[in-house]
Amino acid sequence: MSGTTIALALVLGFGAGVLSGLFGVGGGILFVPTLALVVGLSQLDAQATSLAAMIPVVVFGAWQQHRAGNVRWRAGITVGLASILGVVGGAALATSLDEELLRDLFAGFLLVVAVQLVWSARRR
Amino acid sequence: MPSAKRSLLVLGGIGVASGFLSALFGVGGGIVVVPALVLLLGFDSRAATATSLAAIGITALAGATSFSLVEHVDWDAAVLVGLPALAGSLAGVRLQHRISSRVLTLLFATFIVAVAVVLFVE
Repeated sequence: MSGTTIALALVLGFGAGVLSGLFGVGGGILFVPTLALVVGLSQLDAQATSLAAMIPVVVFGAWQQHRAGNVRWRAGITVGLASILGVVGGAALATSLDEELLRDLFAGFLLVVAVQLVWSARRR
Repeated sequence: MPSAKRSLLVLGGIGVASGFLSALFGVGGGIVVVPALVLLLGFDSRAATATSLAAIGITALAGATSFSLVEHVDWDAAVLVGLPALAGSLAGVRLQHRISSRVLTLLFATFIVAVAVVLFVE
């Protein structure tokens, strides 16, 4: 990895964190493109690495929100445990797809997210 | 159906859907969980965001350590983006109350559309 790559990855990682703090998401929407386009990982490696990278961000964020008294733990744990079922299916599908196709699907997913963001901003 | 049972089913459904998207695309699933908690269960957005983070913690851990994905994790790269993100999230939480989230949301949306275009072209 070159110095420029590392610097850019650090800056984008920081940016992903800022967005996660602002919007309450894990940062994966920025992690995946950063890892794929800047660091040069394959799409599947970028996605798997994104999940690992968000663990500290999310755990710390949840802890902060817990201290502020905002977390409804029963609901959160129920959603989290149920998500493991979905993870098994999603991971099986992701690993079975062609990486080109997976990247295009991810790009399509980003467009859906953009539309959802604009929609939520209008309602605010 | 009693409402406790209904909400348990809804929470389970939200979880399965977010876990699937999460492992398929390498995102946390907050993009699904936060609006779903607000629209389906009447959470206010603060509680939805906070509760979503707790759920995503479990989802991301399950995803990154799942049989099929763990061999694809580049741990050095994970640290490279994950550690600055931890610092960034602190800044993000502080900024939350100071800037117009509407303008920011639109900027963010524009940015990810641009990223999507680059990914399509690559």
